[in-house]
Amino acid sequence: MLKRVHFPSSLLPYLLVAPQIIITIVFFMWPASQAIYQSFLIEDAFGLSTEFVWFENFQVLFEDEEYHKSFIRTGFFSAAVAFLSLSVALILAAYADRVIRGAMTYRTLMIWPYAVAPVLAGALWLFMFNPTIGIFPYLLDMVGYDWNHKLNGGQAMALIIMAAAWKQVAYNFLFYLAAMQSIPKSIIEAAAIDGAGPVRRFWTLILPLVSPTTFFLLVINAVYAFFDTFGIVHAITSGGPAGATNILVYKVYADGFIGLDLGGSAAQSVILMILVIAMTVVQFRFVEKKVEY
Amino acid sequence: MIENRPLLTFVTHLILVIGVVIVALPIWITFVGATHDPIRMLQKPIPMWPGTHLWENFTTAFFGAGPSGNGAPVWRMMLNSMVMALTIAFGKIAISIISAFAIVYFKFPFRMGFFWMIFITLMLPVEVRILPTFEVVADLGMLNSYAGLTIPLIASATATFMFRQVFLTIPDEMLESARIDGAGPMRFFWDILLPLSRTNIAAMFVILFIYGWNQYLWPLLITTDSDMTTIVMSIKQMLESAEQTPEWNIIMMTALLAMIPPIFVVIAMQKLFVQGLTETDK
Repeated sequence: MLKRVHFPSSLLPYLLVAPQIIITIVFFMWPASQAIYQSFLIEDAFGLSTEFVWFENFQVLFEDEEYHKSFIRTGFFSAAVAFLSLSVALILAAYADRVIRGAMTYRTLMIWPYAVAPVLAGALWLFMFNPTIGIFPYLLDMVGYDWNHKLNGGQAMALIIMAAAWKQVAYNFLFYLAAMQSIPKSIIEAAAIDGAGPVRRFWTLILPLVSPTTFFLLVINAVYAFFDTFGIVHAITSGGPAGATNILVYKVYADGFIGLDLGGSAAQSVILMILVIAMTVVQFRFVEKKVEY
Repeated sequence: MIENRPLLTFVTHLILVIGVVIVALPIWITFVGATHDPIRMLQKPIPMWPGTHLWENFTTAFFGAGPSGNGAPVWRMMLNSMVMALTIAFGKIAISIISAFAIVYFKFPFRMGFFWMIFITLMLPVEVRILPTFEVVADLGMLNSYAGLTIPLIASATATFMFRQVFLTIPDEMLESARIDGAGPMRFFWDILLPLSRTNIAAMFVILFIYGWNQYLWPLLITTDSDMTTIVMSIKQMLESAEQTPEWNIIMMTALLAMIPPIFVVIAMQKLFVQGLTETDK
């Protein structure tokens, strides 16, 4: 952690950490403690009176059926996004790993959705699935399927899952390809000599060998689906129709800034913070285990 | 490749091409949408092949006042986005590298305390503490300013960690010989540490530039003045106005312009980008 050879204590190290620490205190510590404090208060929408109510906000939240639904919805959404983007990325990486020349060209062509902002990803998918002019509702109509995500909650959920997964495929692909390319070629060759075909080798060799990457990506994807998808939801559905896509991170925003339920929103913030901390701890454990096969 | 199976090689390329098509389709449709006139964009189905109005749409979006007629022109929003992305990227790198330097190379009271304080920020994404952070920024009078857009996002545990890792791999002999030659801490930092971590700084820059450019919720909350809007957040407003007066060609052109800088950075600095991504997250 500290260098064996180092400089003696003086004023300088304090000056060096000062900018980071000041910003951390003003914009992280202080707001986070405010969120915890506010979660114990009930304030009317005009901010005229506040009352200290201990855990009443949390109690209300835990008894609120809509919050339960939002939790389950978020879980389903994250699982679907992680499954979809991981499996597509895994298949594509497995094929790209076979290519001798051009693997890097395919990588270049695959990674750019990473650079697209979530809200833009949402806008693009919204346009493609626009019930009036979009290309996919038009094609679906030809086979007799009626698409209108503005009315159908299930379709709205499917749309945000596709948009979120699309954006994340690039990232997962990159990590899978790197993991597969670091598998020693001799192992694969030995299996081939023993008569294992490409499919067999994928299931019995490659998949187990990249499983540390899979665990790592699972956590990353879950965090992504939980917290980075606000823009996608906001652009495509704004939580609708009838709350069918109202996931937790959107609900914090909607309850706080639109519903002006400050205490309730703060209580949700606190719960989300606990979730993030739990996920970060899990992530670090996996990252530590990751190095040893 | 282990064995030579022409059929499998063909299938491999076929599947990869299908993959590329699926990945690129939304971006292709955006590009096509940006090359047609508004009337064509209201007919069903939307075109799949570029039209002839690319330049016209570009000038309308770039210099015009937005689809609803009261927004800022795209050049202004791109400027705001660029200022925000560059300030966040450079700011994060600057304050992270000096705090990592202090934590690794100095022994001073509360060193570990500071370290943990920085570590905790890693766990608090802006989405989960929006309301109180917004209040702090409002109290400081930083709404509708570049300072408000960037400073609250500048603290970075990730970058501090990465630089700490980099410094820990630099041999102790470097510092010993520098001290024998009479270099003070800042001299050592400028002449030895900075040059040694040049590629890491560049890799970090790519990741942070994209992070800064793609910020959405934060600018949405703290900018109400249309002169301060960023291009990424303008998309949502355009989608809302599209309910009444759909000008999909302009929306798609704006979306395209919003995507080009980060995509360009990723493609042009691909090697650094991959390095930055795998090093910061692992």
